[in-house]
Amino acid sequence: MTLTAETFDFVAALVRTRSAIQLERGKEYLVESRLAPLARSAGAIDVDAYVRGMRADVTKHDIVVEALTTNETSWFRDLNPFTVLRSTVIPDLYARGRGSLRIWSAACSTGQEAYSIAMIIADNFPSVRSNIVATDLADGVLEKGRSGRYTQLEINRGLPAPMLVKHFERQGPSFEISSQMRSQVVFRKHNLLDSPPAGGPYDIVFLRNVLIYFDVATKRDVLKRVRGAMAPGGYLFLGAAETTLGVDESWERMQLGASSVYRPRERSVG
Amino acid sequence: MKALVIDDSRVMRRIVSNILVEVGFECIEAENGQVALDQLEAHSDVALCCIDWNMPVMTGFEFVVAARKRAEWRNVTLMMVTTEGEQDQIVRALAAGAHEYVLKPFTPEVIVNKLQFLGLVDLKEMA
Repeated sequence: MTLTAETFDFVAALVRTRSAIQLERGKEYLVESRLAPLARSAGAIDVDAYVRGMRADVTKHDIVVEALTTNETSWFRDLNPFTVLRSTVIPDLYARGRGSLRIWSAACSTGQEAYSIAMIIADNFPSVRSNIVATDLADGVLEKGRSGRYTQLEINRGLPAPMLVKHFERQGPSFEISSQMRSQVVFRKHNLLDSPPAGGPYDIVFLRNVLIYFDVATKRDVLKRVRGAMAPGGYLFLGAAETTLGVDESWERMQLGASSVYRPRERSVG
Repeated sequence: MKALVIDDSRVMRRIVSNILVEVGFECIEAENGQVALDQLEAHSDVALCCIDWNMPVMTGFEFVVAARKRAEWRNVTLMMVTTEGEQDQIVRALAAGAHEYVLKPFTPEVIVNKLQFLGLVDLKEMA
């Protein structure tokens, strides 16, 4: 590992203040691999040199934070949450009179999760209207999400072929999602430590594979904000390795098939 | 479970087979659609075919059409694995009876992920 402790500490502190994401020692490889392309394109000899050069240049800080907070993403990631969404969550909300659903895809990255939800609704619940707000910290991913254009490699990752032919069109080397799907999703820049984005209260929130990066106090803070943005009887989806248990007891865990979902507890009376 | 890997490139057959073996398949191979039909006749326990499009003798598309005519192979899952990424080709392959479509180049994760969708690989395999 060529990265110096000084470089790592600076980057970790920068990322922590900008995004609340905790980069522990031992994540040097992550910093190195994510920043190497930036260093190369800036003509720096290595990541240390690149970081030394950009420390004083505040305009570069965003790019570094962005490079480190952009998550891996795919269509229907982990599958189970989307199965449960279709089999249980949306039918339940619909039965309770929610014909128009407000949905928040938090830390949405390049939009695959938000569009996966939109496709499930379009294909299975034609009479349900949906407004999906997709938020992320990074401008680059939001822009890509809005464009709805994905490379062949990105399309390969988890998108069922029948959905590909139904909802996408080939545009040169990439595939573009239909304008109908794009009209269901609004992309907005948002930090999870700020007030929840306008568009709520939300019936469904996807906050997947985000909390794992935070310390307990920050997890609690984020969950509290999310709870404040939920409609009564709403559903929260977390990543498979994440839970509210032991962090924020105002959520009730429900086991649905192979997936857990969380719902805000009703306030106890008296 | 047994898988049949159909591709005229020996290297590509090896790559796909290695991925499938990793998630518990036993693999047999064919270098074109005709050989693949013969293999299906000889092995009644094939559960999955991974199929290249462009091959000499019989293409992958022709193989899909021929295989779908046989009622006893109705439960065999057919997945195209090809560079042919034009929309109408994907539509044609699905209409002919292919279940899934993987575009080359791909990563092992892509194949495993599709197999999870198809219910052929447990979700836990995807650590």
